[in-house]
Amino acid sequence: MNPTLADFGKDVWWIVLIKIVAVFVFLVVMTLFTIWYERRVVARMQVRPGPNRHGPFGLLQSLADGLKLAFKEDIMPLKADRVVFFLAPVISTVCAFTAFAIMPFGPFVSIFGQRTPLQLTDIPVAVLLVLATSGLGIYGIVLSGWASGSTYPLLGGLRSSAQMISYEVAMGLSIVAVFMSAGTMSTSEIVTKQADSNWYAILLLPSFVIYAISAVGETNRAPFDLPEAESELVGGFHTEYSSLKFALFFLAEYINMVTVSGLAVTLFLGGWRMPFLPDWLNQGWWGALWFTIKVLILLFMFVWLRGTLPRLRYDQFMKFGWKVLIPANLVWILVLAGVKTVNAHAPQQRWYWIGGAFALVLLAAIFWPSKKDSPKPTLEQEVAARPAGSFPVPPLDLQVPVSPRAQRITAEREVV
Amino acid sequence: MSGVETGEAVAFFLLAPLSVIGALGMVMARNAVHSALWLVLTMLSLGVFYIVQAGPFIGMVQIIVYTGAIMMLFLFVLMLVGRDASDSVIETLRGQRVVAIVLGVGLAGLLGLGTYRATQGLAVTGLDEANKAGNVQGLARLIFTNYVFAFEVTSALLITAAVGAMILAHVERRRGERVGQAAKMRERFLPGNYPGPKAGPGVYATSTSVATPAKLPDGSPAPRSISPILPTRELTAAEKANKHTEGR
Repeated sequence: MNPTLADFGKDVWWIVLIKIVAVFVFLVVMTLFTIWYERRVVARMQVRPGPNRHGPFGLLQSLADGLKLAFKEDIMPLKADRVVFFLAPVISTVCAFTAFAIMPFGPFVSIFGQRTPLQLTDIPVAVLLVLATSGLGIYGIVLSGWASGSTYPLLGGLRSSAQMISYEVAMGLSIVAVFMSAGTMSTSEIVTKQADSNWYAILLLPSFVIYAISAVGETNRAPFDLPEAESELVGGFHTEYSSLKFALFFLAEYINMVTVSGLAVTLFLGGWRMPFLPDWLNQGWWGALWFTIKVLILLFMFVWLRGTLPRLRYDQFMKFGWKVLIPANLVWILVLAGVKTVNAHAPQQRWYWIGGAFALVLLAAIFWPSKKDSPKPTLEQEVAARPAGSFPVPPLDLQVPVSPRAQRITAEREVV
Repeated sequence: MSGVETGEAVAFFLLAPLSVIGALGMVMARNAVHSALWLVLTMLSLGVFYIVQAGPFIGMVQIIVYTGAIMMLFLFVLMLVGRDASDSVIETLRGQRVVAIVLGVGLAGLLGLGTYRATQGLAVTGLDEANKAGNVQGLARLIFTNYVFAFEVTSALLITAAVGAMILAHVERRRGERVGQAAKMRERFLPGNYPGPKAGPGVYATSTSVATPAKLPDGSPAPRSISPILPTRELTAAEKANKHTEGR
């Protein structure tokens, strides 16, 4: 029994309330946990202990940090636009929380005798809701940069809006392949479709790879954390923020990480279902456990990336998004649409069609005019082209006389 | 009005005033960014209206495309104008408000009348019939069958606009003129060029003024430590006063 769209919107009001509170608590706890998790994992990668003082294994460290942040002085810059300055972190956080409303945690469960799907709600365009809220979430960052009334936040805000819009295009395009395969945009039905066929991460591997890359860009995480590049922009868009407002940005960033991981699990990694398990382990509340485990594994990937890769240069990063990810995505969607059309209309001759298209591409690649490179200057020409007064280099035909001591050592060695 | 549910009515009466307030705020706000934000509020309310009226796809697209992308680009440009660049109250064109109001009302009347005439006597199939195969699927079928030509023409128009914008912003460079990272690096270390970062103004200076040059090890002033846009002038006594950095 898998939930379909018709099963949603029929809950009693208190069930809805319980689900809302549960999603809220899940996200806040995940944030607190992820901060600790990230610090411990990065510490492990850098051969140091990481936070280990508060609570068992330092688990309460992020809670203590959060409380401390809340009691810090709230500074309002003199040149700030007061209303917008206050509004920006609120927009960020509200959008981050809203996106999680459509995440399927599991199949039908029984809550106080009520049979209900383990998901807050589902709509025919559920995945678009995530894109819409992440699009609105950019406002929080852009407005915080503008309203702070100082240079670094403004530059950080501009960078982030350009970055997030670019990578949202790539992200949206990679999801298109999932829509085409599943024939629906509702998250619960996409999970069901993957149970029938296979994980879309396997069937639609290029889409999954592009989604994974653009998700890192979309959440402003290392190595794509250019909006808050410390070496260039101090703190980026949140340079002027302090106290609870800063905490809200922090919260939003970590919730966004959980959301893109949750969406990746739902769209590509089979959702709450775990493969190779007996049926009774893929029912009821078990789904929530598998979902959380998968999300934690993806979060580990985020941390791994952060611990491994240095930050990209901004122009390289934008070039990568627009000139590599988006064209590759479009070509892949075209190929997928072609295969699906051939499969639907001429299943007998499909290998002729696919082989013919492949041969055409191959021919085009063979006969494509190659770019002629200008001949490379030789070493002598390069040396001659150096401007006068450059650092002196020894002549190319310099004969280094062999040191007399070296001769003696070889001689001694030969004796031994 | 039959068939209006309570939830629908509540959503309408909450959001309708909000969207009108947003529209008014857009016109009234003095600051360009505030104006844009009010417009975002209106567009967001419109998106929710579409969803309430059983058009979830168009509602989401309204939010993603209009508030998420188009208004963001507007904001992008407006942000560069600066924080304090508020509208001036002085009218540059005489009587433009009256003309604007007359033209605006006229346009609204024209559009309303046109829509009224066009939908007059139209056979209504009803929402259940239209959404029979699902809202998204029904919309897709219509766009890619009956209206495919209009759809393609619109997309061609948009692509033309995008390509035009790119051509306007494009700077043509020949192959030889392009300066790569390696070439820039070599240029940086050429003789006569100081590769390191320049000393910030006043960083090593003895006073708090940025007009005070830093001192070189032999005690002479370092000209590179002062920004070239600062005019040469006599320092005041306060500026000359020592910062007491000698460590006594």
